[in-house]
Amino acid sequence: MCGIAGYHGGNIAPDRAAEYLRLMVAALRHRGPDGEGILIRDDAGLAHTRLSIVGLADGAQPMTTTDDALAVSFNGEIFNYVELRDDLKSRGHRFHTASDTEVLLAAYERKGLDCLEDFNGDFAFALHDARHRTLVLARDRMGVRPLFYTEHEGALFFASEIRALLALPGIAAEIDPLALDQIFTLWCPIPPRTAFRGIHELPPGHVMTLCGDRRTIRPWWQLSFPDRGDAPASAPPEAQAEELRALLTDATRIRLRADVPVGAYLSGGLDSSLISALAARTVTRGLRTFSLTFHSAEHDESAWQRQMAATLGAASDSVECSTEAIVTRLPEVMRHIERPILRTAPVPLHVLAGRVREHGMKVVLTGEGADEIFAGYDLFREARVRRFCARQPDSARRPRLFQRLYPYLPGLKQQSPDYLARFFSFGSETLDDPLYSHRPRFRSTSAAKLFFSVDLKQEIGDYDAAADLAAQLPADFGRWHPLHQAQYLETAFLLPGYILSSQGDRVMMANAVEGRFPFLDHRVVGFAASVSPETKLLGLKEKHILKQAARGLVPTEIIDRPKQPYRAPDSESFAAPHAPAYLDTVLSPARLAQSGLFNVPAVGKLKEKVLKGHVTGFRDNAAFIGVLSTELLRGLDTAQSSQIAPRIGINQE
Amino acid sequence: MTDETRTAIRAFVVENFLFGDDSHPLPADLSLIDNDLIDSTGILELVSFLEERFAIQVADADIVPANLDTIDRIAGFISRKQAT
Repeated sequence: MCGIAGYHGGNIAPDRAAEYLRLMVAALRHRGPDGEGILIRDDAGLAHTRLSIVGLADGAQPMTTTDDALAVSFNGEIFNYVELRDDLKSRGHRFHTASDTEVLLAAYERKGLDCLEDFNGDFAFALHDARHRTLVLARDRMGVRPLFYTEHEGALFFASEIRALLALPGIAAEIDPLALDQIFTLWCPIPPRTAFRGIHELPPGHVMTLCGDRRTIRPWWQLSFPDRGDAPASAPPEAQAEELRALLTDATRIRLRADVPVGAYLSGGLDSSLISALAARTVTRGLRTFSLTFHSAEHDESAWQRQMAATLGAASDSVECSTEAIVTRLPEVMRHIERPILRTAPVPLHVLAGRVREHGMKVVLTGEGADEIFAGYDLFREARVRRFCARQPDSARRPRLFQRLYPYLPGLKQQSPDYLARFFSFGSETLDDPLYSHRPRFRSTSAAKLFFSVDLKQEIGDYDAAADLAAQLPADFGRWHPLHQAQYLETAFLLPGYILSSQGDRVMMANAVEGRFPFLDHRVVGFAASVSPETKLLGLKEKHILKQAARGLVPTEIIDRPKQPYRAPDSESFAAPHAPAYLDTVLSPARLAQSGLFNVPAVGKLKEKVLKGHVTGFRDNAAFIGVLSTELLRGLDTAQSSQIAPRIGINQE
Repeated sequence: MTDETRTAIRAFVVENFLFGDDSHPLPADLSLIDNDLIDSTGILELVSFLEERFAIQVADADIVPANLDTIDRIAGFISRKQAT
């Protein structure tokens, strides 16, 4: 797990190239504090910061083949590298190191880009082929590891994080209005767009090939579901649950491969409890788990965490995230996640990763991904209830189901069926709308655009982020079951665009901790996509098959407990007397006017409402965190330049 | 139903749901839900305001869009309540 950077083309002089690579490496040092390296070739340069986990002694990068034809800068892990190495050895390949990086080079040497299909892992890499004067940039299937790029001085520069690109002289952090519109609608930008003008993201499962002036980007993997009419897998439910358990067992086993201890996050919910249980069976020296607790009962799950840790007999550690910590850490977290957010949930995960690092650990397993691929989120149930209500729009009884879906939202409890019908807008939208499942979320989020300035609204014009999203959907999307359509939207966009980035890689790597996600093993994802919708969402019971697979491994009380979505205190953290000093600076009328993005008087009133502790609704919470996080991102480029301290040698060819 | 009632309701909507942005078009027959001016917690804020400002009791059964979704409807609802 590491940071990568580099460039291709541009006829950059070697001394200048070295300076640029050093600047980028310095900006990525937090991702890889264990080592650094630079390699400059005629038409490209590669840089690397290393967090050593596999092949501790001999995994330095950039790594080249013995004939120097191939060179790679690699971030992430190929978990099945042991099997791939055995296979390559049996074909006569000789290995010189114990690292998975050398396996990557050997696999590419043998199969070219087809080797990607063989990789079971989370990765982003840049591979230079001197013989063909080609640079390849590739990213894992689900988008666990990040990769960004930009054009500069006639070259294409790339890096694991935007901050490394902003470290180059002449590149400014300028908020992209359309990205802001996307985030204030969909919760994340649609790649290749990022929060910043001119800076792009290589989408998950994509590969970019650069040769001379030619550049191609194509998907090498895409999430897909069977057509609605296709017969689903016909195995009996018990056999399917057994198959899933076997897949998860193996997905967890290969994710425990490391030359350093591996821990696990334990939220107290089904997903992380199951992964911890599977890991505990393999980790012979005892598994250590890490949990977040909150002071407010609304957010806290510590009773469940204690029960599961006791069941595991694991060494468990927990850290409370106070509202003060959320407020204090938000500016630092924004420098890492590099995109506006609408909720504070990434901050406690930054605190948790910090605790892992304090224990000297570098790797944790988490239960991330299960809610997407096994239909755990409330949104999936909500969409089913909306369809159910739409079939009898005059029913006064059916809309009451929404109150059962959201028992933790007090505002809904007192609403009449008429209001519930209007809020969840069934009947007013066509059932064949590809975004049907997500319309209420997009609509309630878009309401926060009330705080956009007139200038920003003008710049956005008639751009429609939801329509843009709909235009990106695969050709066969319309033939899928509605649940699968909803799952695709969550898994292909929000998972990489928010969960795995803002709540995942960025806050973990800010602490030099690598997250591993057994549910996102492509074999598990493929299995989950292939089984029938009812296998996942049975009536309104979420993650049905996963619960069957977990029986015997996880206590029944945890399997059957009501699902509690991970949330953190949002704007209430900022109420007086805990309001941070930076609030007056960052949201001052003068600064807001200078940025020009938001309606200055309206934000002033919103801030006053927050300080009084009167902001309780979704829109105003999202708007406050959205405005504050966006304003905290301004000046990111100037913040970078103060931390540059090159300390590495150059390997120049 | 008086203009004073409408003015008070409008001022509340502008201040609380539009954060003082009185440039936003707000005709008296504009749906607060369909234009995303109000959400489920906003309705409870509105009810609380009406009870305090106009000294009326709002029953659960009264909390329906037919009574509360436009400034006109809210004003009509208040005058009916005050007449009983």
